Amino acid sequence: MALMNFLKPKNQLEEGGRTSAPVLRDTGEPEQNCPNCHKDIPLSRLLANHMVCPCGHHFRMKARQRILMITDRSSFREMYASVKADNPLDFPGYTEKVETIRTASSENEAVVCGTAAIDGRKCAIFAMEASFMMGSMGSAVGEKITSLFEYAAEYRLPVIGFTVSGGARMQEGLLSLMQMAKTSAAVKRHSDAGLLYVAVLTDPTTGGVTASFAMEADIILAEPGATVGFAGARVIEQTTKSALPDGFQKSEFVLAHGFIDSIVPRSGQRNCLSEILKMHEGGQSDE
Amino acid sequence: MSDPAYKRVRLARDKDRPTGLDYIRHIFDGFMELHGDRRYGDDPAIVGGIARLGELPVTVIAIEKGHTAKERTFRNFGAPNPEGYRKALRLMKQAEKFGRPVICFIDTSGAYCGIGAEERGQGQAIAENLMEMSALRVPVISVLIGEGGSGGALALAVADRVWMLQNAVYSVISPEGCASILWKDAAKAEKAAESLRLTAEDAQRFGIIERILPEKDLGRPEFYAAIRTLLSEEINELNHDPERTEHRYERFRRIGVSAVTKESL
Ligand SMILES: [Zn+2]
Repeated sequence: MALMNFLKPKNQLEEGGRTSAPVLRDTGEPEQNCPNCHKDIPLSRLLANHMVCPCGHHFRMKARQRILMITDRSSFREMYASVKADNPLDFPGYTEKVETIRTASSENEAVVCGTAAIDGRKCAIFAMEASFMMGSMGSAVGEKITSLFEYAAEYRLPVIGFTVSGGARMQEGLLSLMQMAKTSAAVKRHSDAGLLYVAVLTDPTTGGVTASFAMEADIILAEPGATVGFAGARVIEQTTKSALPDGFQKSEFVLAHGFIDSIVPRSGQRNCLSEILKMHEGGQSDE
Repeated sequence: MSDPAYKRVRLARDKDRPTGLDYIRHIFDGFMELHGDRRYGDDPAIVGGIARLGELPVTVIAIEKGHTAKERTFRNFGAPNPEGYRKALRLMKQAEKFGRPVICFIDTSGAYCGIGAEERGQGQAIAENLMEMSALRVPVISVLIGEGGSGGALALAVADRVWMLQNAVYSVISPEGCASILWKDAAKAEKAAESLRLTAEDAQRFGIIERILPEKDLGRPEFYAAIRTLLSEEINELNHDPERTEHRYERFRRIGVSAVTKESL
């Protein structure tokens, strides 16, 4: 019943906007205010607990932190690390924006890809990075994810993917829209080869990523309280001129409507993924 | 190219433009509409069925906006719900079973943004179409006839050939939406329309469409006759390509590759 905590306080997680990152406060030791229980939690304590508040609220987590949390020590080998988006449309301000974010986030793009092992079982893995333009998918993200699925199909590896995304990156226009088709086609080929893909949807997974590879996995897991949907809540309110139901687009809501397999808190993710990989060992394909 | 991009947006949205059903009625013979997604409902925003293109049986799918106020309301202004995309996929799979080519006409501001649409998995429905269309074994041609609004349009456009009417637009987001997100000002839609490169010429330049259909005779018999001829020729060509599905994969695979830099490590 612990999961109900995320539904009960009426959309408290949404207060201040659904993409609000808690503010760092300088009170001697850095603290973060939890949008669920409203307590100030020392950052060191959060970090030691994979960015989960004692009340159960899951804060955002860096892509590389996630990979470390899930995979065997020193097993991660990064791939396509140098892939970066250009400014193919000469979109006003895009080059400068991306440069600033690259410096601030120490990432080249909004997804980290590679291979790793979980309890000794090798897999391909990707984790999207919320701090990089809200995990938006442009040509570089599409290229990296497509390449990873192609690599995994060639070397017969399962894929584990953590999604977090506001959707397509509008500064790359149609080229970013097309990444939805490109990644989906690569997922399809990997799937048709009899290989496993497990997606873990984290807060928020929306727009073009929901409408492509996030929803195409064999097994779709989600973190508690994560926003998972296609259209933005505000757009829906404006379009329909009606109030949204409690817990709308939260992972618990999406589970109840039949679109994800299970909600797995961070503390259980490694074991869960390990079990899933184990159950799919040797049973792949007819080749 | 001298037209400002936002003028194209206005033309693409013009209520007097031919809609999906106009194309179906004038290009094909013996159209028989097939309803429903066999899951939940029948979405009037997407019309589909079987018809003959000349002598050739084909599956035709069109997003329909309607002309009159009453029709437009009934068609939900061409904003499909998940059932529409699922109906389209059902008909495409049926086409694959019987070896029929698939022809789609696209005209939507986007997939419907509604509570029910989310509850019934709008994102999942679009995702499934993208995935399944990429591997469909029959020829697929998609024609953007008006608005090509983001994922809601792409969900019918993972095709061997994608064509656009001269004044159709194809965009990842509406210029108004883009302007309000980036510049907090929907009035900057004209600037956004320029920046988004959403015209047919832009789409062709980026390798996203193969052909631009002129609008000189828009809505006249010779306009539809020209499209009929082009579709027949193209399907004939696609039918003679045994590597068709592979080529469709490559068609999408290469998009965006030149828009990224891979530094050697
Ligand atoms: Zn808390």
